[in-house]
Amino acid sequence: MRIARAIRSAIAKNVQTIHDINQRYANPRIKMSMSVRIALLMLRIYLLVLMILLAYKFYTILTQ
Amino acid sequence: MRFVSKAYYNYHRIRKAIVLYLTIAGPGIIVMIADNDAGGITTYAATGVKYGYHLIWLMIVLIPVCYYVQEMTVRLGAVTKRGHAEAIFESFGPFWGWFSLLDLAILNWLTMVTEFIGVTASLQIFGVPPIAGVVAVWLLMGVMVLSGRYWTWEKVALFFCIFNLIYIPAAFLVHPDVSAIFRTGLIPHFPGGFNGQMFFFLMANIGTTIAPWMIFFQQSSVVDKGLDEKDIAWGQADTLIGSLFTSIVAIFIILVTGTVLADQDIEDAAKAAKALMPANPTVGTFMAIGLADAGFLGAICISLSSSWAFGEVFGWAHSLNYKIKQAPWFYASYITGLVSAGLVVLIPNAPLVLITLFVQVVAVTLLPAALVFLILLLNDKETMGEHRNTPLLNWINGGIVAVIIVISTLYGISTLFPSFFG
Repeated sequence: MRIARAIRSAIAKNVQTIHDINQRYANPRIKMSMSVRIALLMLRIYLLVLMILLAYKFYTILTQ
Repeated sequence: MRFVSKAYYNYHRIRKAIVLYLTIAGPGIIVMIADNDAGGITTYAATGVKYGYHLIWLMIVLIPVCYYVQEMTVRLGAVTKRGHAEAIFESFGPFWGWFSLLDLAILNWLTMVTEFIGVTASLQIFGVPPIAGVVAVWLLMGVMVLSGRYWTWEKVALFFCIFNLIYIPAAFLVHPDVSAIFRTGLIPHFPGGFNGQMFFFLMANIGTTIAPWMIFFQQSSVVDKGLDEKDIAWGQADTLIGSLFTSIVAIFIILVTGTVLADQDIEDAAKAAKALMPANPTVGTFMAIGLADAGFLGAICISLSSSWAFGEVFGWAHSLNYKIKQAPWFYASYITGLVSAGLVVLIPNAPLVLITLFVQVVAVTLLPAALVFLILLLNDKETMGEHRNTPLLNWINGGIVAVIIVISTLYGISTLFPSFFG
């Protein structure tokens, strides 16, 4: 019971810390245009796709 | 008489420059030599076994690539006095900040696993059981950070960097065919043509030479060391010298395995060291010592880059200049990363060599994301002032990003359609 409470308290504290960090950096200094943001997002998604392919390749080599 | 006074003046000028350089030197050399970590040594050894001398030209091409990427972190750290993670959060907001931090955390942890793989595999050659190797690394690293001073940590790390050069005498001892090196190694070409395996090795070699952790590490290291804008030129020199050392060591590893073990069924540095023992025990021993040192150096730097990054973002005290009581979360994250990565290596029947090679490929796949933010930060006129990127630097670094994306894409295609490239 005490352990569960301690874990809940630690999680709540970390969630609050993350919330505080998000607030602190809520106004980014560099203003990116919409096209730059979209390009960065597309790059991110693309890299994630490549990562999934890598994981698939890793799996096929492991299981062959 | 005028000659004597002029010689004396030049002697003092050069001596002063060397002393100043040695004072500033550290972040660039350490990050570059630590870049030849266990994964790197394994990749270079495997490259030599698979392709002989044929990819030596790639190591030479990677010298300026490595330098141009890393010197940006020197300017950014010296001007902003902030680590890379904090710079991304502040400049681009929490969405991109968390993405970058998560990338770094996962990749760094995976890379630390490969460092422990290297250390334990090399020490096993001398009969040291894996558990003892892992515990030895934990203890050594604990002792290094207990001093509570960045300078102490740096000097110890620089001492271990010396052992990374052990591959140079090893290469001389195997008597490589110099004419073959010049004939086959220096002209850019792709032996066997473009196929999935070639892409894999290209990516692994690029990924082991420039990795996201290096960007975060060197910038934080520059800040922790207290470098200023006036020190940028020296920091860049430090980085250039480090880049040269990185490639020189890589080339000499390729020379060792390419000369003695070409076309054999050897896929990693530890097996290479073991295979060398019967015919040439000195070279085998050098390879094993070098691998253990590389794993250790990589582990101490990578774990630090993660801890610095989290400390910057979460607002913990995050400097090696603090004792453990003054920066508990910083040291806790440092130790947690080390311990958890070391434990993975002790899992029975884990595919350790495969993990090592794949982690390098993962590193290069995620590199464009880190590089794009770095380039954007270096173009911020308001922050960087006269130290921002010139158009030429933007073209060079943008070109590096483009090449990496192309090679990653080609590898992705070869994964989905293995027969596409033959």
